Amino acid sequence: MTWRIILEVSFFAAVLTALAVPLGLYMAKVFEGERTLLSPLLRPIEGAIYRLAGVNPYAEMSWTRYLGFLLLFNFWGLLVGYLLLRWQNHLPLNPLHLPGVPGALAFNTIVSFVTNTNWQAYSGETTMSYFSQMFVLAVQNFLSAATGLAGAVALARAFARKEKKTLGNVWVDLTRSVLYILLPISVVVALVLVSQGVVQTFHPPVKAVTLEGREQTIPLGPVASQEVIKLLGTNGGGFFNANSAHPFENPNPFTNFVEAMLIIILPAALCFTFGRMIRNMRQGWVIYGVMMFLFLVGAFACCWFEAQGNPLFSRLGFSSGPNLEGKEWRFGAIDSALFAAVTTAVSCGAVDSLHDSFTPLGGLVPLANMLTGEVIFGGIGSGLYGMIAYALLTVFLAGLMVGRSPEFLGKKIEKREVKLSLAVVLVPAFLVLFLSALAVILPAGREGITAAGPHGLSQVLYAFASTANNNGSAFGGLKADLPFYLWTTALAMLLGRFLPLAAVLALAGSLVEKKTIPPSPGTFPTTGWLFAVLLVGVIVIVGALTFFPGLALGPILEQLLLSRGRLF
Amino acid sequence: MLKDWGRCLLFFLVLTVLTGLIYPLLVTGLAQLAFPHKANGSLETKDGKVIGSYLIGQEFTSPYYFHGRPSASDYDAMDSGGPNYAPSSRSLAEEVEKRYHALTKENPGLTRQQTPLDLITTSASGLDPHISPEAALIQVPRIARARSVPEEALVKLVKKYTRPRWLGIYGEPRVNVLELNLALDRYFGSPTAGVNRNQVQVHRP
Repeated sequence: MTWRIILEVSFFAAVLTALAVPLGLYMAKVFEGERTLLSPLLRPIEGAIYRLAGVNPYAEMSWTRYLGFLLLFNFWGLLVGYLLLRWQNHLPLNPLHLPGVPGALAFNTIVSFVTNTNWQAYSGETTMSYFSQMFVLAVQNFLSAATGLAGAVALARAFARKEKKTLGNVWVDLTRSVLYILLPISVVVALVLVSQGVVQTFHPPVKAVTLEGREQTIPLGPVASQEVIKLLGTNGGGFFNANSAHPFENPNPFTNFVEAMLIIILPAALCFTFGRMIRNMRQGWVIYGVMMFLFLVGAFACCWFEAQGNPLFSRLGFSSGPNLEGKEWRFGAIDSALFAAVTTAVSCGAVDSLHDSFTPLGGLVPLANMLTGEVIFGGIGSGLYGMIAYALLTVFLAGLMVGRSPEFLGKKIEKREVKLSLAVVLVPAFLVLFLSALAVILPAGREGITAAGPHGLSQVLYAFASTANNNGSAFGGLKADLPFYLWTTALAMLLGRFLPLAAVLALAGSLVEKKTIPPSPGTFPTTGWLFAVLLVGVIVIVGALTFFPGLALGPILEQLLLSRGRLF
Repeated sequence: MLKDWGRCLLFFLVLTVLTGLIYPLLVTGLAQLAFPHKANGSLETKDGKVIGSYLIGQEFTSPYYFHGRPSASDYDAMDSGGPNYAPSSRSLAEEVEKRYHALTKENPGLTRQQTPLDLITTSASGLDPHISPEAALIQVPRIARARSVPEEALVKLVKKYTRPRWLGIYGEPRVNVLELNLALDRYFGSPTAGVNRNQVQVHRP
């Protein structure tokens, strides 16, 4: 069992690295406007987009202008998406004649997709028309990912440029993200998934009469096209309620591997995009190494705990084996746990198993992954800029220890940069703690908890860890469609997304104006082991100090009681 | 300023048409051309009527067929999902007991230690089309009795339809329940579907 875990996880990590390096370099070329293999095909389309929208692709933008347009772009996504969901009953491609989505749910849903969270308080089969799925939700899967990429690229330019005022052109960054990166991968991999059984059709659901003569209605839809971008864009919102556990979304262990790879590939590749853009590949590798280390620790732990299984079963006299409750047999416990570690290290949130039914310590891993602020690869773009915020804090702390003014990549890190980095790290943490506390204090919040005992606290903590960090996976037992949770999670998603994004662009704006100091013998090198170890330390300490009490009263207590046979 | 708002909206709409319309239409077109059977749900038909999808588990309760895993929605494909039991919940323990008792009723003599865990746990989708080979094998005596066929023939069939792990490490060895049951009918004749399944006759070829 242990050997299988080691094999599965390390082969996955090896394939990831082999793919991430060339892809990251390709992405850097795309964002620097260099010619790529796809340019002959895509250049004309790119030009057409700028002409149609009437935007100027040559104008360089200051950080305020870049941020302003990014927010405006997301605002329109929010507004138009909300209205389309409300009115889906008047729109085409609604074979089940589903009614308009109710107000609070529509708001929660569109916030969830615009913020790259894809927390789902609804069941896809019976709430969303085909039109809403592809024209509202899938669109935001692309555009929220592009927003994240733009933020990361702007920050990379801030380090690469010296004494400049501008960060690039937001129209160009968004368009190229979609056109050169997200769309080509999506088209190709969608067809791979279809070849394995993922459905892609506009037919209405099919009525079947089973072998034993029962009626079964089989839902269909344009699933593959949406599945790919849901994963690639680190979104996570499933076409069906069961998400990537649904056989039509994820039919076999091969697709499960491909889908896990899709989730993590762009956040991983971005490390190398960053390295190439700042002309310091070593720095890219160090960031990648730190992320990979933290990911591997979580992945091994999660697989191991799930393979050990739930002591409840042996206590009832059954054989002790892997924890299969809430898991698909074709994946088994280990692949499901690996997927869970991937989807929460990355802020994706697609699930191929029920995290709520994981063993307490197995379920602790996804929770802890999210509570780091989604920087272990993290969301597309947001993971990298979150990690860089941590890196700035690390050089700041190291500077305090030796009494030198801190630098990162030749840029002096001063009061303003430290404050903004702290905002990036602490805003989601504050939202998690404050809203979880609110939920367990108020009757309206407690009403949504379905598990008794310490697991109830885990459900709440998981919900806000997931939404404030824009992950979107859930301990599904929580009644997420209660008004209290619809509004509080929407708030957590909005603030957890756009406050850090704004802080990052402000940070970029202040860094880009600084001159680059050549490294001196006194400079703390950020491409070595010492820095990597310190960075891991800072992430673990910030995460642990902030959340240890919550984790102790939730999953850790539950594990202790469960191993003594206590049930709730 | 107002011009910026309008331009931004227009830009958003252009990208919406590209990713929300052109992209899914392109993928649908290519998928329907290249993999029509898979793209339309891997459906199996019998006498022109759809009897189900290979990928979507269906409920089996008669003694003539292999049964799938417990499902939170009794294999209602419009209601995918699982029960989300906490690992420490009393309801999980009670459910597991219930599932075990239902199993021993159908397959007398099955001890707790022999019970494959996938048969006493619910899947995440409620539509799991697979079971483990072990879960199929413990059902062999029941089916052999119901259909009056030798057990060895059924064991052979289970082995034939067992799919290995991907690359030898990913996933679990598994049998597709619908596929296996269709094979049963093909080799040993189909019990005529009737209202009262207890009186159904097995027609042997």
